[in-house]
Amino acid sequence: MSFEIPADLYYTESHEWVDPETGRVGITDFAQDELGDIVFVELPSVGDEIEQGDDFGVVESIKAVSDVYTPVSGEVTDTNDGLEADPELVNEDPYGDGWLMALDLADEGELDDLLTPEEYDSTL
Amino acid sequence: MPVEFDSIREEHAAVRSAAGIFDVSHMGEIEVTGPDGTALMQQLTSNDVERLDPGEAQYSTITNEDGVILDDTVVYRVPSDLPEGTPGAGADYLFIPNAGHDAEMHERWTAHRESAGLDADVENRTEDYGIVAVQGPEAVDLVADAAGEAVRDITRFTAEPATIEDTPCWVARTGYTGEDGYEILFPVEGAEAVWGAFDCQPCGLGARDTLRLEMGYLLSGQDFNSEENPRTPFEAGVDFVVALDTEFVGRDALAAQHEAGPEQLFVGFVLEERGVPRHGYDITDGDGETIGEVTSGTMSPSMGDPIGLGYVDAAHADDGETVHVTIRDEPKQATITAPPFLEGYQ
Repeated sequence: MSFEIPADLYYTESHEWVDPETGRVGITDFAQDELGDIVFVELPSVGDEIEQGDDFGVVESIKAVSDVYTPVSGEVTDTNDGLEADPELVNEDPYGDGWLMALDLADEGELDDLLTPEEYDSTL
Repeated sequence: MPVEFDSIREEHAAVRSAAGIFDVSHMGEIEVTGPDGTALMQQLTSNDVERLDPGEAQYSTITNEDGVILDDTVVYRVPSDLPEGTPGAGADYLFIPNAGHDAEMHERWTAHRESAGLDADVENRTEDYGIVAVQGPEAVDLVADAAGEAVRDITRFTAEPATIEDTPCWVARTGYTGEDGYEILFPVEGAEAVWGAFDCQPCGLGARDTLRLEMGYLLSGQDFNSEENPRTPFEAGVDFVVALDTEFVGRDALAAQHEAGPEQLFVGFVLEERGVPRHGYDITDGDGETIGEVTSGTMSPSMGDPIGLGYVDAAHADDGETVHVTIRDEPKQATITAPPFLEGYQ
């Protein structure tokens, strides 16, 4: 089984991604596949300050509850409100319409702590 | 049996709208035979096996001296004329303990036989037999195609022998989904042939759980557990499996509880706020006092609403009562709702 791993994102070992251009954060194609049918997403509030590695929300599938951890520190500038009605978007489009939150990155240097697409691929 | 073959949601929808097949060979099979077979079954199960005619099945529980459910089961009274090789052939009773309980039940049956001085053979056939469940509105047509038209006449909670792909099967009109369908026992050598005889959605444990949850059916080990969450049949809401006019292990404790009324009762609820109830979450009243515990929960694939099962103090168990389920420290409002949660099911 092969999973989509876009080249322009950074990744965590706990299967989140961050887009350095937009500040958007989500879970990877591998993560959504492991979880199965996602039925509920709990997200932080806009304005929350979160630190790299903190859990910022919860993604629940029918079979599992999973905390999600922020790849980088920053202030939450937006959350994906569409997931309230359609949490399955995380399954269908984990790097697109299934994004979770957007951050104003506190320190771009933190990106160096993350995995490149090649490095992430090698963990799967 | 995997948790899912494709997606729990797709498998669940297939069973509700068409048909699905489940490999439930992890369930146990124990055969009981001999002059005191009926006495042995009667003394170790809470329901009245003497109500069974050959070919009939009965839902029952196995209780300890305190009336606590050790396991729930289906008991078959086996006809004497089953074709050779059919599961149950030659035995008087066949019962189905849950996965992982077969050795414990075999031990319980043989120990009781010895202490009560009964004359009966008890054989654990779990390794010898497999079971598939074919469930859904199209299940009757599928099983009739595979096993012959006669299976259409098998009534609810009865079973008949039939042949599928040259394999001698015991075909029961039972299930765990709320849909019409069959559970089919066969000698394990026939497993591939029987599984392959049905062209419908293969389903895993995930869909099995969401389907039974929508109906409010108990899951052994999760909705009752003799060690972690000991419950009696009266607490678990399966009063109909307790025949107090028979003598069985646990009968006196259950008679006393029946008289006094259980302190807690098994209920269904629908969460009115966003979230998913899960096993172990607290249930509280309007003042934040703990009044019970969630034992099972999910996002209902059919309804799109979060539903759950659990135990609450009897005073809060009435239909329509408002309670709260604590999800990650937040109380979420829920309404007590007697299952089945789906309309048009019994």
